[in-house]
Amino acid sequence: MSELKKIILDYVKKEYLEEGDDTEITNTTPLISGGIVDSFSMVSLKLFLEAKYNISIPDAKATPKAFDSVDNIANLLQKEFNIQ
Amino acid sequence: MANLGSYEDQLKSFSWKKAEEELGYRAGDDINIGEYCTDRICRMGKKDKIALYWEGFGSEPKQYTFDEMRILTNSIGHYLRKLGLRDGDRICIFLDRVPELYFGFLGILKMGGIAQPLFSAFGPESLITRLEDARTRAIITQKKHLPKVRNIVDVLPALEFIIVVDDDGSKPLRAKEHAFHMDKEERVDHFDIFRSKAETPSVLHYTSGTTGKPKGAQHVHYSIISQYITTKYVLDLRDDDIYWCTADPGWVTGTSYGIIGPWVNGVTQCVLDIGFNAENWYKFIEKYRVTVWYSAPTAVRALMKEGDEIVKRFDLSSLRHLCCVGEPLNAEAVIWSERVFGKPFHDTFWQTETGSIVISNYPKMKIKPGSMGKPFPGITATVLDTQKYEPVKTGTVGLIALKPGWPSMFRTYWNNEATYRSKFKNGWYICGDRASIDEDGYYWFVGRDDDVINTGGHLVGPFEIESALLEHPAVAESAVVGKPDPVNMEVVKAFIALKPGYQVSKELNLEIINFIRKKLSPLAMPQEIEFVPSLPKTRSGKIMRRVLRAQEWGEEVGDLSTLEND
Repeated sequence: MSELKKIILDYVKKEYLEEGDDTEITNTTPLISGGIVDSFSMVSLKLFLEAKYNISIPDAKATPKAFDSVDNIANLLQKEFNIQ
Repeated sequence: MANLGSYEDQLKSFSWKKAEEELGYRAGDDINIGEYCTDRICRMGKKDKIALYWEGFGSEPKQYTFDEMRILTNSIGHYLRKLGLRDGDRICIFLDRVPELYFGFLGILKMGGIAQPLFSAFGPESLITRLEDARTRAIITQKKHLPKVRNIVDVLPALEFIIVVDDDGSKPLRAKEHAFHMDKEERVDHFDIFRSKAETPSVLHYTSGTTGKPKGAQHVHYSIISQYITTKYVLDLRDDDIYWCTADPGWVTGTSYGIIGPWVNGVTQCVLDIGFNAENWYKFIEKYRVTVWYSAPTAVRALMKEGDEIVKRFDLSSLRHLCCVGEPLNAEAVIWSERVFGKPFHDTFWQTETGSIVISNYPKMKIKPGSMGKPFPGITATVLDTQKYEPVKTGTVGLIALKPGWPSMFRTYWNNEATYRSKFKNGWYICGDRASIDEDGYYWFVGRDDDVINTGGHLVGPFEIESALLEHPAVAESAVVGKPDPVNMEVVKAFIALKPGYQVSKELNLEIINFIRKKLSPLAMPQEIEFVPSLPKTRSGKIMRRVLRAQEWGEEVGDLSTLEND
């Protein structure tokens, strides 16, 4: 699980923060409600996870709440796809 | 009793002159939006009234009275002048929804500058296009967005000042960069407000079209007449209201009705600067006892998705009047809001160019769910045919058109008078939207008359995205259309033919999507890419977007006689 969280966290930092933006993000930082990943960009985060783990996340499961932190996303992937 | 009274009575008696008189304006007087929203309200005896309740993510809530707002907007105007900025200079606001955005907007207007708000999620390419066209002299931004500005400053020779509102001194500022802390800056009680007249330029909002680069719709200080009276009559704001407009001032709703409208009416408003979250939104309404709520159909549909149960956890009994703007409000959303909030959302229609609401559903007027409503008193609207530009019969679909002359109508497109003129046909301003009028005079939206994509209430131009896609090394050609979406009405879909040597893969799909998100904005990012061997073209080589769009919407493709290789 910690490896999964690290992959997601690294991706979020690399893709959604501007170079030079030193906003601190942890596994519990609100991503959607915190304005780091907006609702449109959430689609790209979902596509990343689908490509990385060769899965298809149903739209009904990909809610702003489920994507609102690295912890939430990791829980979703573990529960739905048994990814650790 | 609603402010408007009877819609039918207003149709007979309304005149813009009446709105001028209510504001104490006479032809030829000075009229400055910044002054009307702050100093004038204080002179009316409301200096200790709260103008703004603000909450942001991870920050302490703040509140400002009208008098504090008057002084802070003075301070900003004074600071900008001290830097060397002059009246007529374009000054961009590139900020999240922090108080400096709202007061910066009014401060710019007070010193005579032209405020150019830009959505803070814009990427470098979107910024360059808009700042280059406007020859913007200064940009007000924050640490978080400074890297984006630094990346483009060298290609913008006209950009002389970069003002950072939250610099903490942890990293040195560079050439052209200036730290400004609104709350610590010299408090300027008396400021020599620029003596703007009715036709003095005020705001420059960029909007997308089917072809070419985004165009800057230029507004004037006199627009406040429309914004004042439509806020009063459509949003029905009253002295004791607590108003919440969820729009970002990077777009016109956020300035016309998120700054000017409520404050020229002397009404308290609140701002929540966080991403969308149903629970936080409801909590915010409950905490501040919001009475009037102006939002977007996309947001309403997103709330609908979260269900009815969550609504019951909050006391939302303060809500008195609900309105929406951005794209058509579907009948289901109207019925849902009536069920869960006990009030229907009232759809309003207008656009960047109109500067204020032009067609709407009004308090106390019967709502036909799914309809746009009726023209605002003082606005002459109709639906025209596409050939001779003459009014069509009841029930026939045509182009929404407005008789020019209302106060907040845009005055030109910056640097683009020819395109501005092309918007007028047969004495009418053509909005670019298709609709019909029923036997009771209600307007019913059908769709855009061009290829512009309305996603979540924001217009996105396909040309800008297609041009950016071609800069990706794998893309040979592309076409971008709107695809139906249950929440955002439309989302961007790209059809892409790859260059030889590139293979379709999930990784490439994601790479191209992220390429556009970073270069332009999340709104412009394709939510879906369909890789195709080639694109449908006319014999002269022009890509036929309409074929692809019809495919997405399940519509008839129409005449294909000019299609190449059909």
